[in-house]
Amino acid sequence: MTTAIEPALVADGIAKRFGTREALRGVSLRADGGELVALVGPNGAGKTTLLSILAGIQSADAGNVNRPPRDIGWVPQQTALYGKLTVAENLRLFARLEKVEDPNATVAEMLALTGLDERANDLAGELSGGNRQRVNIALGLLGRQDVLLLDEPTAALDPRQRARVWEFVLGLAARGTTVVYSTHDLQEAARHAQRVVVLADGEVLFEGLPATLGDEVERAGGSHTDFEEAFVAFLRQRGH
Amino acid sequence: MRWLLLKDLRILRRSPALVALLILYPVVLSVLIGFALSAGPDKPKVAFVSLVPPGETAVEVGGQRVDLERYQGPLFESIERVPVDCEGKTALQCEQAAIDEVESGEALAAVIIPEDFATRLGGLQTLALSGPPTIKVVYNADDPVKAAYVEDTLRARLSEANLALSSRFTEAGLSYLDRVVDGGTIDAPGTDGIKILGLRNAERIVERVRSSVTPEQRAELDRVIRFSQLARENLGFSEPLVRSLREPIRVEQVALDGGDTSLSSFAVALAAAVSLMFVTLLLAAAALALEREENTFARLVRGLVSRTSLLLEKAGLAALCSFAICLAMLAGLGLFVDLDWARLPLWLPALAAGGLAFGTLGVAVGALTREVRAASLLCVMLALPLTFLALVPSGSVEPAVYDAARFVSALFPFRPTLDALDAALNDSGGLAGPLLHLAALAVAFGALARVALRRFV
Repeated sequence: MTTAIEPALVADGIAKRFGTREALRGVSLRADGGELVALVGPNGAGKTTLLSILAGIQSADAGNVNRPPRDIGWVPQQTALYGKLTVAENLRLFARLEKVEDPNATVAEMLALTGLDERANDLAGELSGGNRQRVNIALGLLGRQDVLLLDEPTAALDPRQRARVWEFVLGLAARGTTVVYSTHDLQEAARHAQRVVVLADGEVLFEGLPATLGDEVERAGGSHTDFEEAFVAFLRQRGH
Repeated sequence: MRWLLLKDLRILRRSPALVALLILYPVVLSVLIGFALSAGPDKPKVAFVSLVPPGETAVEVGGQRVDLERYQGPLFESIERVPVDCEGKTALQCEQAAIDEVESGEALAAVIIPEDFATRLGGLQTLALSGPPTIKVVYNADDPVKAAYVEDTLRARLSEANLALSSRFTEAGLSYLDRVVDGGTIDAPGTDGIKILGLRNAERIVERVRSSVTPEQRAELDRVIRFSQLARENLGFSEPLVRSLREPIRVEQVALDGGDTSLSSFAVALAAAVSLMFVTLLLAAAALALEREENTFARLVRGLVSRTSLLLEKAGLAALCSFAICLAMLAGLGLFVDLDWARLPLWLPALAAGGLAFGTLGVAVGALTREVRAASLLCVMLALPLTFLALVPSGSVEPAVYDAARFVSALFPFRPTLDALDAALNDSGGLAGPLLHLAALAVAFGALARVALRRFV
């Protein structure tokens, strides 16, 4: 007898329309506990819309999600913190709003986790882009949810800052946090994701291991040397 | 909500330039508006020359000496007198010197009292047909506003002097009537006194000789006696008539709306309302729009804070800050203007209700514009015309325009806030009506802001 493992996140038939434009057409997604899932696709594919619906920022026109928004951690594409507050004050404010049991202990833990102990009393507005993003991610983790959504977490960061963010995110996944992230950096998707979901024009075109995307391209008569070429060829074969 | 409020206060504390601007701008603006409305224009500069020789400024009116210099006082209170140097000059040169002051721009007008002024004034009570005394006024009409002001001021002051002098002449005229009835001596300039027999004495004389004349002559004398009696009686009736001619129209003033608020007290209410409006509107709108600009709105409303709570927090924060600022401003103004501190318990609900209504309007502006700069601009664009619309006095424009201005004013919190503050500060009317009006507006703008937040992310 086998026991089915309940997926950490299940979204089923999500649809969203902005006026006459269909942003999402019945998108379904699932992610298991501790899994890293990358959402990739061209601009306007619907990645941010899907993540914001999963996070409860926007409502879907159709479809459902197996978790309420409060049970999902969310890190928006643009850093969402108060520039006139210090790093510690930002963390403490949101910890209190999250109603965590011991806000000060949680702040100390997040500062240690993000390696920002020494910058705790610096104003958030005076931090570098990479450090702001680390605070942004820490704010998404305050509620200690076991599912975390990251919308282009390393956009506009230099390679060193990107590496620090990924070190941090991979550590979370290693501790059992399910991470769904969107990215335009295909090398990043191929390197870190256990599963890739390709979205285009609001539809899921592919879902599977990064390596199998190349197989799909070859089956359709195409060729590629790396994941990025496979991705571009795949979209071309599908008329995008 | 408590943590959000503390966060916003901390952010404000760390933005000293913004806070200073937010406080100083409305306070300075409102005090300027208030006192510009309450203070009249400066006294006009007027060159005054009296060519009446010294020692000849008094005239005899009805046996009493009237010194004309007494009537210059009210005029000098209304003008800034520009000295004219007449030393060693003829009357004509002195008059020209006064006119030169006007032409050079030193004075807006010149008032010239001619040499024969007192003589002509005294001549009004004699049969001398020299004509009434005339004061010459020369003024510069380059600036129509100033010219109108000078003209109005001088006309008003000279009317007062005319009225005072006419009272004297009336009394003198009435004393002549008494002499005509009862007999006596009339003092007139240039005479030793004119002896008047009087109707009553004439009547007695005629009655004495009546018995010694023929019946035909007696009948004639009876007609004279009858005429004398009728004349005496009718002249008696003429006294109140002549007195009423002195001031035929009296004015009884009754204020229907607004009680008896003085202009300076109203200016304080106006200054407080303008400050309350600017501080609350700008703070509420900017605080809400800032949540979007910092991208924190989406993070907050996904289960941490409800949208309605967020609106209440921003409107409350703005109302709280403006409440404190306006209270401090009133305390400051109290040093210069007489405020009734016993009415403080009424000021508080007026300030609080006005603050909340402006706060909800502010969050509605912030929710609709979604950007701090656009929100601030819209607040200023709304505030200024609302202030002017609310201050349009009835009768100054066409009735339809006035009704439209009142209607538009009633849709925004400025007019009811001004009414509430005027009632609270100056006891100019009921406070409950404006407070209810403000409560209704707060609910309406709160609902508008809540709807606008749907597309805020």
